[in-house]
Amino acid sequence: MSGLVVNRLSVSHGAIEALRAVSFSVEVGQLAAVIGSNGAGKTTLLRALSGLNNQTSGSAQWNEREILGARPDALVRRGISHVSEGKSVIAELSVKENLILGGIWRSNKSDTSAAIAEVVELFPVLGQRMSQSADSLSGGERQMLAIGRALVSRPKLLLLDEPSLGLAPLVIEQIFATIDQLRRKLGLTVVLVEQNAMSALEIADIGIIINLGEVVASGRASELIDDPALRAAYLGY
Amino acid sequence: MESWPKARPAVRKKIAIFILIGWALLIIGDRVDELRVYQGAQVAMYTIALASIVLLTGYSGQVSLGNGAMMAVGGYGAALTLNNLGTPIWFAFLMAIVTASLFGALLGAAAARVSGPYLAGTTLALAVGLPAIANQFAFLGGEPGLFFDVGFPPERFGDEFTQYKWFFWIACFIALIALFITSNILSSRFGRTWKAIRGNSLAAELCGVHSSRMKVLAFTVSSGLAGLAGAVLAMTISLVAPGAYGLALSFALVTGAVLAGISSLPGVVLGALILVFIPEISVALADRLGDADKLNNYLPGLIVSVLLILSVIFTPNGPGENLRKHLHKKPAH
Amino acid sequence: MQKVIETLLIGLSTGSIYALMSLALVLVWRSTRVVNFAQAGQAMLSTYIGFEIASRSEIFWLGLVFAIAAGALVGAGVDYFFMRVLFKHATSGPAAVVAPVIATLGLLGLIRSIVGLTWGGEFKSIEAPASTDGFSVGDGTIPFSDLDVLIIATVSIILITVAYIFQRTNLGLALRASAYAPEIAQLAGIRTARTRTIGWSIAGAVGGVAGMLVTSNNFLSPYSLDLLLVFGFIAAVIGGLESMVGSVIGALVLGIGLTFILNYVGTSLVFIGGFSVLILVLLIKPDGIMAKGKARRA
Repeated sequence: MSGLVVNRLSVSHGAIEALRAVSFSVEVGQLAAVIGSNGAGKTTLLRALSGLNNQTSGSAQWNEREILGARPDALVRRGISHVSEGKSVIAELSVKENLILGGIWRSNKSDTSAAIAEVVELFPVLGQRMSQSADSLSGGERQMLAIGRALVSRPKLLLLDEPSLGLAPLVIEQIFATIDQLRRKLGLTVVLVEQNAMSALEIADIGIIINLGEVVASGRASELIDDPALRAAYLGY
Repeated sequence: MESWPKARPAVRKKIAIFILIGWALLIIGDRVDELRVYQGAQVAMYTIALASIVLLTGYSGQVSLGNGAMMAVGGYGAALTLNNLGTPIWFAFLMAIVTASLFGALLGAAAARVSGPYLAGTTLALAVGLPAIANQFAFLGGEPGLFFDVGFPPERFGDEFTQYKWFFWIACFIALIALFITSNILSSRFGRTWKAIRGNSLAAELCGVHSSRMKVLAFTVSSGLAGLAGAVLAMTISLVAPGAYGLALSFALVTGAVLAGISSLPGVVLGALILVFIPEISVALADRLGDADKLNNYLPGLIVSVLLILSVIFTPNGPGENLRKHLHKKPAH
Repeated sequence: MQKVIETLLIGLSTGSIYALMSLALVLVWRSTRVVNFAQAGQAMLSTYIGFEIASRSEIFWLGLVFAIAAGALVGAGVDYFFMRVLFKHATSGPAAVVAPVIATLGLLGLIRSIVGLTWGGEFKSIEAPASTDGFSVGDGTIPFSDLDVLIIATVSIILITVAYIFQRTNLGLALRASAYAPEIAQLAGIRTARTRTIGWSIAGAVGGVAGMLVTSNNFLSPYSLDLLLVFGFIAAVIGGLESMVGSVIGALVLGIGLTFILNYVGTSLVFIGGFSVLILVLLIKPDGIMAKGKARRA
C-alpha cells in the first residue's frame, strides 16, 4: 500500500538497541502522532526514517519503495523531510539563507524561489525578517523557520521531532494549529513525534505509543484519547 | 598515601626488573661491536625522549611538537654548565633537566589554555623556528654550536673500554633511572589525574582537579625528560648544535611514540629501536635502489612518515599496546 | 617617514601572502574542524608542479594556473583518500583526540619526502613575472617593486573570489551550512562529504597560489614553505580560526609587524617576534581578535 509502512523496524544507537520490532502504517495524507516519554526511542525512529541512522533491520517503505539505509540527501530528493529536534535552524545564517537551504539540492533555482514565496505566505513573520540572522528569532519563530525550510523542499512525507519543545503554551497551540492546517492544505503525510501527547493526538488521525523501544499501543487517535488506561499512563489524567 | 603498603612490593619488583635489565645491558654491551654500542646509546636516548612524549601526549593528551626544542634547551643547558662552570658531568645533566623544565613550564602555561590544533600549531612554530632562535645568540655558538665533552672513560676500566662504550654506559644508566622515575610518576595519582584530564577535562574539573595546573605540570615534567634526552644526545655526538634538534627530530619523536603505543611506557623501547634502525634500513634500501644522495636525505623521512600515517590510522593506540594486551593478562592501564 | 612607508608597503605584500595561507587553513578548519598542517605540503607539491611548468614554458602565469589546478586536485585527493579513511578508523581510545593532528603532520612529512625524492633538495627558483626592482622616487628607491604590486593584486583577486563564493553562491552556502551544522545540512539534502571535499579543494588551490607567490620572490626547496605555514597559522590564530576576514586582517597585521621588526631591529628577532605574538594572542584572547566573545568550538 502507498504511504508509510514500517515493518518490524529495529534500530540501534551504537551498542544500544533503541527500537525493537516497531511496526505501524500511515496512509497518504494522514497525520500520525508518535508519543512516549523521554528516551522511548521516538527520535531514533525519525532518524532511521530520514537516513541519519543506518544501524537498522526490518523494513520501512514509503510509497512502496524501501527507505532504510538510504542516505539523507537521497531521501530529501525523494520527498522526505525531517525537522530534527531542538535547534533545527542554523543560527549563523540569515532567515533567507536558512530557507534557501531547503531547496539547495534543486538544480532549478526558480522552483526554490517559488517554494520560498509560498512558505513566506504561510509564515508572514519570516518574510519580515528575511535578512536577519536566525539567531535573532524567538523560539516559536525559529520553529516556523525550521518547518518552513523543510517545506521549501516540497516534501510529501514530513517528519517532525517535538516541534513544541521549549515553547510557551500559547505558541504551542499556534504551532499545532499551523501544522494541522498546512498538512491538510498541502496533502502532506506527517509523522509527528511529541511528548506533548494530548495536543498531538488531538490533531492526529492515528496515534502510536512507544515505550522503551517498543510499540505498546496504536490505533485511531480519537480512540487512544478516550482509553482511560492510556490516558492515565500517558496523558496524565 | 592510602595505597602505600600496597605500593612497596610492586615498587620493589620494579626495582628488581630494572636492575636485571641494567645487568643484561652490561653484558650485551661487552659482547657487541662498536657500532651497535653506539646505537645502543642512541636507543637509550630515544627511550627517554619518547617517554617524555608518552607522558605529555599519551597521558595528558596534549599534542606537542616542541619536545625537540626542549631537547635542545636541555642540551644547551648541559653544555653551557659544563663548559662555563666546569661542574661534574652529573651536574650538567641535572641542569639540562632544570633548564628544560623551566622552559617547559613557560610553554605549558601558554599552552594550558589551548588544546588540539592550536597547541600543535604553536609547538610546530617552535620546532620550525628553533634553529633560527639558536642562531641568534652568540653564547649559544651559532650554527656550529657548542662542544659537549663528557671526558674519557675512567682509567680503571682499562684500555679496551672505548669512548662509545662509555657513552653507552652513561646513557643506559640515565635512561634506566629516568624510566624508573617516570614509571612511578605515571602510575601515581599524577598519572591517573592526567589521564582523567585527557579523557574529559570538564568531568575532571568537577572532581576537583585543577586541570590547567596539571597540564602545566605535565609540560614541565615532560620537558625535563626531553631536556635530559637532549643532553644525552649531545653527549653521543659531543656537540650541541641547532641542526640536531630540528623539525625532523620532533616528527621522529611523535612517530616513535605513536608506534610505541602513545600511552604505553614499556613501548618506548620498541619505538626507540625503530627510530634508531630506520636510517640503517633506509641506507640498505638506498644502496639497492641507487642514487644514494637524494635517497639518503629523503628516504628515512619517507619511511617515518608512512609509518606514522599507517600507525595513526590503523593502530592509533600503538601496536605495542595491542601486543601487550595479548601477551599479558594484566589489565591495561 | 619614507622608511615607515616602505616598511608598511612591503609588510602589506608579505602579509597578503600569509593571508592566503591562513585563509586556506581557516577554510579547512571551518569545513572539517581539522587544522590541516599538510596544507604546507600540498602547497609545496602544487608549487613544484607550477615550477616545472613555469620553467619549461618560461611563463610564470601558466605555472600559476597549473599550481592552482594541482592544488585543487591534491586538496580534493587528500580529503577523499586520506581524511575520510582517517575518520573512519581512528575513532576511539586515548589517541582519537590527537589522531587527526598527528595524521596531517605525518602527511606533511610524507609529501615533503616525496617531493624531495622526486626533485631533490637543491634550491630552485622561478623567474618572477614582474620586475623586482624597487620604485624610484625622487633621489632614492623604495624597495617595493612591481612584483609586490602584482602579489597584492593577485591576492586581492583571490580573496574577493573566495569571499564571493562563500557568501553569495549556493556552493558557499552549502559549505558554510556543512561546517556549522552538518546534520541539518544533510537533512536539507546537501551531500556533506562531497561538499567538504570541495572545500578542501578550494583551500588547496589557494595554498598553491600562496606557494607560487612566495617562491617568485625566494627560493624553492622542500622546506621553503614551512615558515609560510607557521606564519599563516599564527595569522589564523590572531584572527580567530572561525573567521576568514579575521585571518586576513591577522595576516596583514602580522606581515606589517614582522616587516617592521625586520627593518628596525634586524632579522634576528623576526621569528621570535612572530612567535611571541602567537603566545600573546593565545594567552590573552585565544579566540582571536575577531571573535565577538562567542565560545570557540575546539
